Amino acid sequence: MTVTQVQDTIVDEFSVFDDWMDKYNLLIDMGKDLPAIDSKFKTRDFLIEGCQSKVWLHPELRDDHVFFSADSDAIITKGIVGLLIRVLSGRTPDEIISAELYFIDKIGLRQNLSPTRSNGLLSMVRQMKLYAMAYKATGDRHQASGEGR
Amino acid sequence: MKNIAEIRADFPILNTKVYGKPLVYFDNGATTQKPQCVIDTMNEVYTTYNANIHRGVHAISDRASEEYEKAREKVRSFINADKREEIVFTSGTTASINAVAFSFGERFIKKGDEIIISNLEHHANIVPWQMMCDRKGAKLKIIPVNDNGEIIPEEYHKILSAKTRLVAVTQVSNALGTILPVNEIIEAAHAMNIPVLIDGAQGIQHGVTDVEKLDCDFYAFSGHKIYGPTGIGVLYGKEKWLTDMPPYQGGGDMVENVTFEKTTYNELPFKFEAGTMNFPGAIGLGTALDYVLSIGRENIAAREQELLEYAATRLAGIKGLKIYGNSPAKISTISFLLNNIHQYDTGMVLDKLGIAVRTGTHCAQPVMDRFGIDGTVRASMCFYNTKEEINILGTGIEKVISMFS
Repeated sequence: MTVTQVQDTIVDEFSVFDDWMDKYNLLIDMGKDLPAIDSKFKTRDFLIEGCQSKVWLHPELRDDHVFFSADSDAIITKGIVGLLIRVLSGRTPDEIISAELYFIDKIGLRQNLSPTRSNGLLSMVRQMKLYAMAYKATGDRHQASGEGR
Repeated sequence: MKNIAEIRADFPILNTKVYGKPLVYFDNGATTQKPQCVIDTMNEVYTTYNANIHRGVHAISDRASEEYEKAREKVRSFINADKREEIVFTSGTTASINAVAFSFGERFIKKGDEIIISNLEHHANIVPWQMMCDRKGAKLKIIPVNDNGEIIPEEYHKILSAKTRLVAVTQVSNALGTILPVNEIIEAAHAMNIPVLIDGAQGIQHGVTDVEKLDCDFYAFSGHKIYGPTGIGVLYGKEKWLTDMPPYQGGGDMVENVTFEKTTYNELPFKFEAGTMNFPGAIGLGTALDYVLSIGRENIAAREQELLEYAATRLAGIKGLKIYGNSPAKISTISFLLNNIHQYDTGMVLDKLGIAVRTGTHCAQPVMDRFGIDGTVRASMCFYNTKEEINILGTGIEKVISMFS
């Protein structure tokens, strides 16, 4: 599926709920279902700054595609980062860099996007794009590094 | 005293709905809501006599200057300071503490001196002293805290010494709600001729503060936490200190005579009020203090204690809820965590139920470190809150627990 198709699917999944509690329940389930990050990546190097809850994000380049894994100590945040992974993980650096993430707005998470909002959704998106740019620039195929960000 | 419906009618924002639900505002520790009379005052300033103070030769400037000085008198009387010269307007508690840390530091602190603060301080009563210590080669000493969130007086007495130059403590912990024994703290320091600064940001609005009775040397508070406008604050300082301390900002209005060779400073309190002051804010603060007095500070304190007891009982019945800060001396603030649910998750869900709480470290990271946690959920209530709202919070918390377990 393309970035657009995945986003549309997510919008569909959320569209059945009017109530915020149901949306949060869905995010909680997604948070719980998010595949665990390798614990060796839960270090300062992979911690995203600017979040009230801790978010670790690890990128890996395989066959020209970037694969992300992540974790958070807050479940809703984990659900949100899980959504981002669904949309952006397994894509080429170019796809990630050029992705327009409209689903955030459409499912009502826009307020969580503001730069001052402490769950730092914006920081997560920025970080994913930065990793993609770094891969594109260096063409490093071997391993990801949390340094230099 | 006005009944609760009448009190709530004074605060237009309390009728607001968020996400279609009535707003339950439990974030009063961060900022308080404004009664209509304060909003009206601000409106009146800007619609009828907005003009720069202390400079004009014209009618509305005179009026603005007069109202500004009236507000100073209201503040003086509210905290029972001896003289109007001892009341300096600032932008808030943070600015007040920074002013003392700079000016007192410049005049009185040298290498090897010590400043005492407590483990309960807000960052605004930590960082300015750290900066001053760095500048002067002085050292910060910390009064530790017990498991109830109270300072340990014996430890305080141990670190008070001939090297201590100033004690700066909060009147009330913003993160836990603990009321500190400031009388004892001041008495012990004064016995050794050491001045004391009290951070009143969380204290001034919850009862009667009398700086003469307290005998503190400095007292700092913010307008916006006592139902007044944002961007105005107060520094009270005993005249003897303020006279000896150099100004911390230079500019207009704080000077008596300026030549390129030498500038002499204006008298107190203007020496510490450089530039155009936030006079609408000061005048609005005056109205807020009048409002508080009209409700009655004892009445406010009594009502808030009733709310605290009700909330403590309601929340104590919730399995998995742990309260941080269990001193018998507390303002109406409850800091808590639910099982192993992250405070941010709790706050996000409560928000969508219309309940405004604060989550995180509350700008008091050392308090969180003391308890080995990285944040709490804080419900800070005040006299316009109701038991029904506490029930809504209780039900909301139960909902959070069921969602995350």
